[in-house]
Amino acid sequence: MSLKIRDLPNEELVAPGNSGCPGCGATMGARMAMKVLGSRTIMVNGTGCMTVNYGVLAAARFPYLHMLFETTGAVLSGLDAGLRSLGKREGVTLLGWAGDGGTADIGFQSLSGAVERGHKFVYICYDNESYMNTGGQRSGVTPYGASTTTCPAGKRSIGESRPMQRRKDMVEIMAAHGIPYAATASLAFPMDYMAKVKRAAEVDGPSYVHLLSPCPPGWGSNDELTVEVSRLAVETGMWILYEVVDGERKFNKRLKTLRPITDYLKTQKRFRHLLDQPEEIEKIQSFVTKRAERLGLLG
Amino acid sequence: MPHPWLKERPLTPCLRGGFSTVNQTGSWRVIRPVLDISKCRDCSMCWLYCPEGVIDRENNYSIDYDYCKGCGVCAVECPVDAIEMVKEE
Repeated sequence: MSLKIRDLPNEELVAPGNSGCPGCGATMGARMAMKVLGSRTIMVNGTGCMTVNYGVLAAARFPYLHMLFETTGAVLSGLDAGLRSLGKREGVTLLGWAGDGGTADIGFQSLSGAVERGHKFVYICYDNESYMNTGGQRSGVTPYGASTTTCPAGKRSIGESRPMQRRKDMVEIMAAHGIPYAATASLAFPMDYMAKVKRAAEVDGPSYVHLLSPCPPGWGSNDELTVEVSRLAVETGMWILYEVVDGERKFNKRLKTLRPITDYLKTQKRFRHLLDQPEEIEKIQSFVTKRAERLGLLG
Repeated sequence: MPHPWLKERPLTPCLRGGFSTVNQTGSWRVIRPVLDISKCRDCSMCWLYCPEGVIDRENNYSIDYDYCKGCGVCAVECPVDAIEMVKEE
Protein backbone atom coordinates (compact mmCIF):
# COMPACT_ATOMS: atom_id res chain seq x y z
CA MET A 1 0.00 0.00 0.00
CA SER A 2 1.69 3.12 -1.15
CA LEU A 3 0.72 6.68 -0.51
CA LYS A 4 -0.30 8.77 -3.52
CA ILE A 5 -0.07 12.54 -3.83
CA ARG A 6 -3.63 12.64 -5.25
CA ASP A 7 -5.04 11.00 -2.11
CA LEU A 8 -3.63 13.61 0.26
CA PRO A 9 -6.28 15.93 1.72
CA ASN A 10 -6.56 19.44 0.32
CA GLU A 11 -7.60 20.79 3.71
CA GLU A 12 -4.89 22.92 5.30
CA LEU A 13 -4.46 22.20 9.00
CA VAL A 14 -1.88 24.94 9.31
CA ALA A 15 -2.93 28.54 8.79
CA PRO A 16 -0.73 30.82 6.68
CA GLY A 17 1.03 33.73 8.32
CA ASN A 18 3.26 31.76 10.67
CA SER A 19 6.50 33.46 11.67
CA GLY A 20 8.87 30.88 10.20
CA CYS A 21 11.70 31.92 7.90
CA PRO A 22 11.09 31.64 4.14
CA GLY A 23 12.05 28.17 2.95
CA CYS A 24 11.99 26.65 6.44
CA GLY A 25 12.43 22.88 6.36
CA ALA A 26 10.64 22.36 9.66
CA THR A 27 7.45 24.17 8.58
CA MET A 28 7.48 22.16 5.36
CA GLY A 29 7.96 18.89 7.23
CA ALA A 30 5.27 19.63 9.82
CA ARG A 31 2.73 20.51 7.14
CA MET A 32 3.46 17.25 5.30
CA ALA A 33 3.19 15.24 8.52
CA MET A 34 -0.17 16.84 9.36
CA LYS A 35 -1.48 15.98 5.87
CA VAL A 36 -0.99 12.33 6.79
CA LEU A 37 -1.97 12.39 10.45
CA GLY A 38 -5.17 14.43 10.15
CA SER A 39 -6.95 16.81 12.47
CA ARG A 40 -7.40 14.38 15.39
CA THR A 41 -3.77 14.86 16.32
CA ILE A 42 -2.32 16.54 19.39
CA MET A 43 1.04 18.09 18.64
CA VAL A 44 3.41 18.39 21.58
CA ASN A 45 6.18 20.74 20.65
CA GLY A 46 9.39 20.98 22.62
CA THR A 47 10.88 24.46 22.52
CA GLY A 48 12.55 25.24 19.23
CA CYS A 49 11.92 26.93 15.92
CA MET A 50 8.47 25.39 15.69
CA THR A 51 7.45 27.32 18.79
CA VAL A 52 8.09 30.49 16.85
CA ASN A 53 6.43 29.08 13.73
CA TYR A 54 3.28 27.58 15.25
CA GLY A 55 3.20 28.71 18.86
CA VAL A 56 3.71 32.45 18.83
CA LEU A 57 0.82 33.30 16.52
CA ALA A 58 -1.14 30.03 16.79
CA ALA A 59 -0.89 28.91 13.19
CA ALA A 60 -1.97 25.38 14.08
CA ARG A 61 -5.65 24.60 13.53
CA PHE A 62 -5.37 21.43 15.59
CA PRO A 63 -4.59 20.92 19.30
CA TYR A 64 -1.09 22.20 19.83
CA LEU A 65 0.90 22.35 23.06
CA HIS A 66 4.13 24.21 23.48
CA MET A 67 6.24 22.51 26.12
CA LEU A 68 9.54 23.10 27.80
CA PHE A 69 12.67 21.91 26.06
CA GLU A 70 13.17 18.83 28.22
CA THR A 71 9.57 17.67 28.65
CA THR A 72 8.34 16.60 25.21
CA GLY A 73 8.58 12.89 26.09
CA ALA A 74 7.09 13.37 29.55
CA VAL A 75 4.09 15.34 28.24
CA LEU A 76 3.48 12.70 25.56
CA SER A 77 3.50 10.02 28.28
CA GLY A 78 1.08 12.04 30.42
CA LEU A 79 -1.31 12.68 27.54
CA ASP A 80 -1.24 9.01 26.56
CA ALA A 81 -1.95 7.83 30.13
CA GLY A 82 -4.54 10.56 30.75
CA LEU A 83 -6.49 9.97 27.53
CA ARG A 84 -6.46 6.23 28.21
CA SER A 85 -7.88 6.60 31.70
CA LEU A 86 -10.59 8.93 30.39
CA GLY A 87 -11.42 6.40 27.67
CA LYS A 88 -10.69 8.92 24.90
CA ARG A 89 -7.49 7.46 23.48
CA GLU A 90 -9.14 5.78 20.49
CA GLY A 91 -8.57 7.60 17.20
CA VAL A 92 -6.25 10.24 18.63
CA THR A 93 -2.67 10.51 17.39
CA LEU A 94 -0.07 11.98 19.70
CA LEU A 95 2.71 13.71 17.82
CA GLY A 96 5.90 14.82 19.52
CA TRP A 97 7.73 17.44 17.47
CA ALA A 98 11.10 18.74 18.62
CA GLY A 99 14.36 19.86 17.12
CA ASP A 100 17.69 18.10 17.39
CA GLY A 101 18.64 20.03 20.54
CA GLY A 102 15.31 19.19 22.14
CA THR A 103 15.72 15.54 21.16
CA ALA A 104 19.37 14.52 21.26
CA ASP A 105 20.57 16.81 24.06
CA ILE A 106 18.08 18.49 26.38
CA GLY A 107 14.96 16.39 25.82
CA PHE A 108 16.85 13.11 25.68
CA GLN A 109 16.05 11.69 29.10
CA SER A 110 12.30 12.28 28.91
CA LEU A 111 12.15 10.79 25.40
CA SER A 112 14.20 7.81 26.50
CA GLY A 113 11.90 7.29 29.49
CA ALA A 114 8.73 7.60 27.40
CA VAL A 115 10.03 5.06 24.86
CA GLU A 116 11.17 2.69 27.60
CA ARG A 117 7.71 2.78 29.26
CA GLY A 118 6.16 1.96 25.88
CA HIS A 119 3.67 4.80 25.53
CA LYS A 120 1.99 5.08 22.15
CA PHE A 121 3.08 8.19 20.23
CA VAL A 122 4.83 9.38 17.10
CA TYR A 123 7.95 11.40 17.72
CA ILE A 124 9.40 13.41 14.86
CA CYS A 125 12.74 15.09 15.34
CA TYR A 126 13.43 17.80 12.77
CA ASP A 127 17.18 17.87 12.62
CA ASN A 128 18.72 21.18 11.60
CA GLU A 129 22.01 20.19 13.20
CA SER A 130 22.29 23.06 15.74
CA TYR A 131 20.19 25.14 18.11
CA MET A 132 18.95 27.28 15.23
CA ASN A 133 16.17 29.06 17.12
CA THR A 134 18.64 30.78 19.43
CA GLY A 135 21.09 31.73 16.72
CA GLY A 136 22.88 28.50 15.80
CA GLN A 137 24.81 27.03 18.73
CA ARG A 138 26.34 23.58 18.30
CA SER A 139 24.37 20.54 19.42
CA GLY A 140 25.06 16.84 19.84
CA VAL A 141 24.35 16.17 16.19
CA THR A 142 26.26 19.03 14.54
CA PRO A 143 28.44 17.49 11.81
CA TYR A 144 32.21 17.69 11.76
CA GLY A 145 33.54 20.90 10.25
CA ALA A 146 30.34 22.95 10.51
CA SER A 147 30.85 26.54 11.67
CA THR A 148 28.36 27.52 14.38
CA THR A 149 28.20 30.51 16.72
CA THR A 150 29.72 28.52 19.60
CA CYS A 151 32.39 26.87 17.44
CA PRO A 152 33.08 29.44 14.73
CA ALA A 153 35.58 28.62 12.02
CA GLY A 154 38.75 30.72 12.01
CA LYS A 155 42.51 30.58 11.78
CA ARG A 156 42.87 28.00 14.55
CA SER A 157 39.48 26.31 14.36
CA ILE A 158 37.73 24.38 11.63
CA GLY A 159 34.37 24.75 13.35
CA GLU A 160 32.87 21.72 15.05
CA SER A 161 35.84 19.50 15.91
CA ARG A 162 34.07 16.38 17.18
CA PRO A 163 34.81 13.58 14.70
CA MET A 164 31.98 12.29 12.50
CA GLN A 165 32.02 8.91 14.28
CA ARG A 166 30.92 10.47 17.57
CA ARG A 167 27.95 12.40 16.19
CA LYS A 168 24.90 11.20 18.13
CA ASP A 169 23.01 8.73 15.99
CA MET A 170 19.50 9.14 17.35
CA VAL A 171 17.86 6.45 15.22
CA GLU A 172 20.37 3.85 16.40
CA ILE A 173 19.93 5.01 20.00
CA MET A 174 16.17 4.63 19.62
CA ALA A 175 16.63 1.23 17.94
CA ALA A 176 18.71 0.18 20.94
CA HIS A 177 15.64 0.90 23.12
CA GLY A 178 13.89 -1.86 21.19
CA ILE A 179 11.46 0.66 19.67
CA PRO A 180 8.94 -0.95 17.26
CA TYR A 181 9.55 1.61 14.52
CA ALA A 182 12.34 4.11 13.89
CA ALA A 183 13.29 5.76 10.60
CA THR A 184 15.25 8.57 9.01
CA ALA A 185 13.59 10.78 6.40
CA SER A 186 14.41 13.56 3.98
CA LEU A 187 12.28 16.36 2.55
CA ALA A 188 13.55 15.53 -0.94
CA PHE A 189 11.64 12.23 -0.80
CA PRO A 190 8.28 13.46 0.50
CA MET A 191 6.22 10.36 -0.28
CA ASP A 192 8.78 8.19 1.51
CA TYR A 193 8.70 10.58 4.49
CA MET A 194 4.90 10.68 4.66
CA ALA A 195 4.63 6.90 4.29
CA LYS A 196 7.02 6.60 7.24
CA VAL A 197 4.94 9.00 9.36
CA LYS A 198 1.80 7.05 8.46
CA ARG A 199 3.44 3.77 9.36
CA ALA A 200 4.79 5.28 12.59
CA ALA A 201 1.25 6.31 13.57
CA GLU A 202 -0.08 2.81 12.94
CA VAL A 203 2.49 1.09 15.17
CA ASP A 204 1.24 0.04 18.58
CA GLY A 205 3.78 1.71 20.80
CA PRO A 206 6.32 4.47 20.47
CA SER A 207 7.80 5.32 17.08
CA TYR A 208 10.51 7.71 16.03
CA VAL A 209 11.17 9.54 12.74
CA HIS A 210 14.33 11.60 12.26
CA LEU A 211 13.86 14.22 9.54
CA LEU A 212 16.77 16.15 8.07
CA SER A 213 15.45 19.70 7.94
CA PRO A 214 17.69 22.27 6.24
CA CYS A 215 17.73 25.71 7.83
CA PRO A 216 18.46 28.46 5.26
CA PRO A 217 19.62 31.18 7.73
CA GLY A 218 21.53 28.79 9.97
CA TRP A 219 23.21 26.70 7.28
CA GLY A 220 23.77 29.63 4.96
CA SER A 221 21.98 27.91 2.09
CA ASN A 222 19.65 29.72 -0.27
CA ASP A 223 15.96 29.80 0.66
CA GLU A 224 14.89 28.10 -2.56
CA LEU A 225 17.41 25.25 -2.18
CA THR A 226 15.92 23.72 1.00
CA VAL A 227 14.73 20.61 -0.83
CA GLU A 228 17.75 20.51 -3.14
CA VAL A 229 20.13 20.49 -0.15
CA SER A 230 18.14 17.60 1.37
CA ARG A 231 18.44 15.73 -1.91
CA LEU A 232 22.20 16.33 -2.11
CA ALA A 233 22.59 15.08 1.48
CA VAL A 234 21.04 11.77 0.44
CA GLU A 235 22.88 11.48 -2.87
CA THR A 236 26.30 12.20 -1.33
CA GLY A 237 25.72 9.68 1.46
CA MET A 238 25.78 12.29 4.26
CA TRP A 239 22.21 11.30 5.10
CA ILE A 240 21.08 7.70 4.82
CA LEU A 241 17.40 6.85 4.39
CA TYR A 242 16.53 3.72 6.29
CA GLU A 243 14.02 2.34 8.73
CA VAL A 244 14.28 -0.04 11.65
CA VAL A 245 11.19 -2.24 12.05
CA ASP A 246 11.36 -4.46 15.14
CA GLY A 247 15.15 -4.50 14.92
CA GLU A 248 15.32 -5.23 11.16
CA ARG A 249 17.12 -2.53 9.16
CA LYS A 250 15.93 -1.74 5.66
CA PHE A 251 17.34 0.87 3.26
CA ASN A 252 14.73 2.95 1.44
CA LYS A 253 17.09 4.53 -1.05
CA ARG A 254 20.02 2.53 -2.38
CA LEU A 255 22.61 4.36 -4.42
CA LYS A 256 24.69 3.21 -7.38
CA THR A 257 27.52 5.59 -6.58
CA LEU A 258 28.01 8.38 -4.10
CA ARG A 259 28.29 11.93 -5.39
CA PRO A 260 31.40 13.78 -4.18
CA ILE A 261 30.83 15.32 -0.77
CA THR A 262 31.84 18.80 -2.00
CA ASP A 263 28.55 18.95 -3.97
CA TYR A 264 26.77 19.03 -0.62
CA LEU A 265 29.27 21.15 1.30
CA LYS A 266 29.48 23.97 -1.25
CA THR A 267 25.74 24.70 -1.02
CA GLN A 268 26.15 25.89 2.57
CA LYS A 269 28.09 28.78 4.09
CA ARG A 270 28.70 26.85 7.32
CA PHE A 271 31.08 24.56 5.38
CA ARG A 272 32.55 27.28 3.16
CA HIS A 273 35.89 27.39 5.02
CA LEU A 274 36.43 23.66 4.34
CA LEU A 275 36.47 24.05 0.58
CA ASP A 276 40.12 25.23 0.50
CA GLN A 277 41.21 22.55 2.99
CA PRO A 278 41.36 19.30 0.94
CA GLU A 279 42.59 17.22 3.89
CA GLU A 280 39.44 18.06 5.91
CA ILE A 281 37.18 17.26 2.98
CA GLU A 282 39.05 13.98 2.58
CA LYS A 283 38.31 13.15 6.24
CA ILE A 284 34.57 13.66 5.75
CA GLN A 285 34.59 11.89 2.37
CA SER A 286 36.41 8.84 3.70
CA PHE A 287 34.04 8.59 6.67
CA VAL A 288 30.98 8.81 4.43
CA THR A 289 32.34 6.31 1.89
CA LYS A 290 33.42 3.83 4.55
CA ARG A 291 30.07 4.07 6.31
CA ALA A 292 28.18 3.48 3.05
CA GLU A 293 30.35 0.43 2.27
CA ARG A 294 30.09 -0.95 5.79
CA LEU A 295 26.30 -0.64 5.85
CA GLY A 296 25.94 -2.04 2.33
CA LEU A 297 24.19 1.08 1.01
CA LEU A 298 25.71 0.89 -2.47
CA GLY A 299 24.58 -1.38 -5.28
CA MET B 1 1.97 53.83 21.63
CA PRO B 2 0.75 50.25 22.18
CA HIS B 3 1.85 47.65 19.69
CA PRO B 4 -0.94 46.92 17.15
CA TRP B 5 -0.95 43.26 18.14
CA LEU B 6 -1.89 44.09 21.72
CA LYS B 7 -5.31 45.29 20.58
CA GLU B 8 -6.17 42.08 18.77
CA ARG B 9 -4.20 39.59 20.74
CA PRO B 10 -5.77 38.57 24.07
CA LEU B 11 -3.43 38.31 27.04
CA THR B 12 -4.01 34.60 27.64
CA PRO B 13 -1.75 31.59 27.29
CA CYS B 14 -3.94 30.19 24.51
CA LEU B 15 -5.02 31.59 21.19
CA ARG B 16 -7.68 30.54 18.73
CA GLY B 17 -6.19 28.21 16.11
CA GLY B 18 -5.39 30.04 12.90
CA PHE B 19 -4.82 33.39 14.61
CA SER B 20 -1.66 33.76 12.54
CA THR B 21 -3.71 34.97 9.55
CA VAL B 22 -3.42 38.48 11.05
CA ASN B 23 0.25 38.34 10.10
CA GLN B 24 0.36 39.02 6.36
CA THR B 25 3.75 37.52 5.59
CA GLY B 26 3.45 38.50 1.93
CA SER B 27 5.14 41.77 2.85
CA TRP B 28 8.39 39.86 3.47
CA ARG B 29 8.64 38.87 -0.17
CA VAL B 30 11.29 40.25 -2.50
CA ILE B 31 10.67 37.86 -5.39
CA ARG B 32 7.26 36.55 -6.34
CA PRO B 33 6.40 33.19 -7.95
CA VAL B 34 4.43 33.51 -11.17
CA LEU B 35 2.87 30.36 -12.58
CA ASP B 36 2.51 29.78 -16.32
CA ILE B 37 -0.57 27.57 -16.23
CA SER B 38 -0.12 26.46 -19.86
CA LYS B 39 3.07 24.61 -18.90
CA CYS B 40 1.61 23.11 -15.72
CA ARG B 41 1.18 19.33 -15.73
CA ASP B 42 -0.86 19.19 -12.53
CA CYS B 43 1.68 17.12 -10.57
CA SER B 44 1.05 18.93 -7.23
CA MET B 45 4.73 19.12 -6.28
CA CYS B 46 4.58 22.90 -5.63
CA TRP B 47 1.45 22.40 -3.54
CA LEU B 48 3.15 19.70 -1.50
CA TYR B 49 6.42 21.55 -0.98
CA CYS B 50 5.06 25.02 -0.20
CA PRO B 51 5.99 25.50 3.48
CA GLU B 52 3.14 27.97 4.00
CA GLY B 53 0.46 26.02 2.16
CA VAL B 54 -0.58 29.04 0.08
CA ILE B 55 -0.87 27.20 -3.26
CA ASP B 56 -4.43 26.05 -3.91
CA ARG B 57 -4.36 22.96 -6.12
CA GLU B 58 -8.15 22.78 -6.41
CA ASN B 59 -8.20 26.21 -7.99
CA ASN B 60 -5.66 26.06 -10.84
CA TYR B 61 -2.73 26.31 -8.45
CA SER B 62 -3.50 29.92 -7.60
CA ILE B 63 -1.00 31.44 -5.20
CA ASP B 64 -2.13 33.54 -2.23
CA TYR B 65 0.22 36.52 -2.44
CA ASP B 66 -1.00 37.88 0.91
CA TYR B 67 0.94 35.14 2.67
CA CYS B 68 3.55 33.82 0.18
CA LYS B 69 6.99 34.58 1.66
CA GLY B 70 8.72 34.21 -1.70
CA CYS B 71 11.13 31.45 -0.71
CA GLY B 72 11.19 30.03 -4.24
CA VAL B 73 11.09 26.34 -3.36
CA CYS B 74 8.12 25.85 -5.72
CA ALA B 75 10.05 27.31 -8.67
CA VAL B 76 13.09 25.06 -8.05
CA GLU B 77 11.07 21.90 -7.50
CA CYS B 78 8.64 22.33 -10.41
CA PRO B 79 9.62 19.52 -12.82
CA VAL B 80 8.56 21.49 -15.93
CA ASP B 81 9.77 24.94 -14.81
CA ALA B 82 6.29 26.43 -15.01
CA ILE B 83 6.94 28.75 -12.06
CA GLU B 84 9.21 31.73 -12.50
CA MET B 85 10.46 33.99 -9.73
CA VAL B 86 9.93 37.65 -10.66
CA LYS B 87 11.34 40.59 -8.72
CA GLU B 88 8.75 42.56 -6.76
CA GLU B 89 8.23 46.08 -7.99
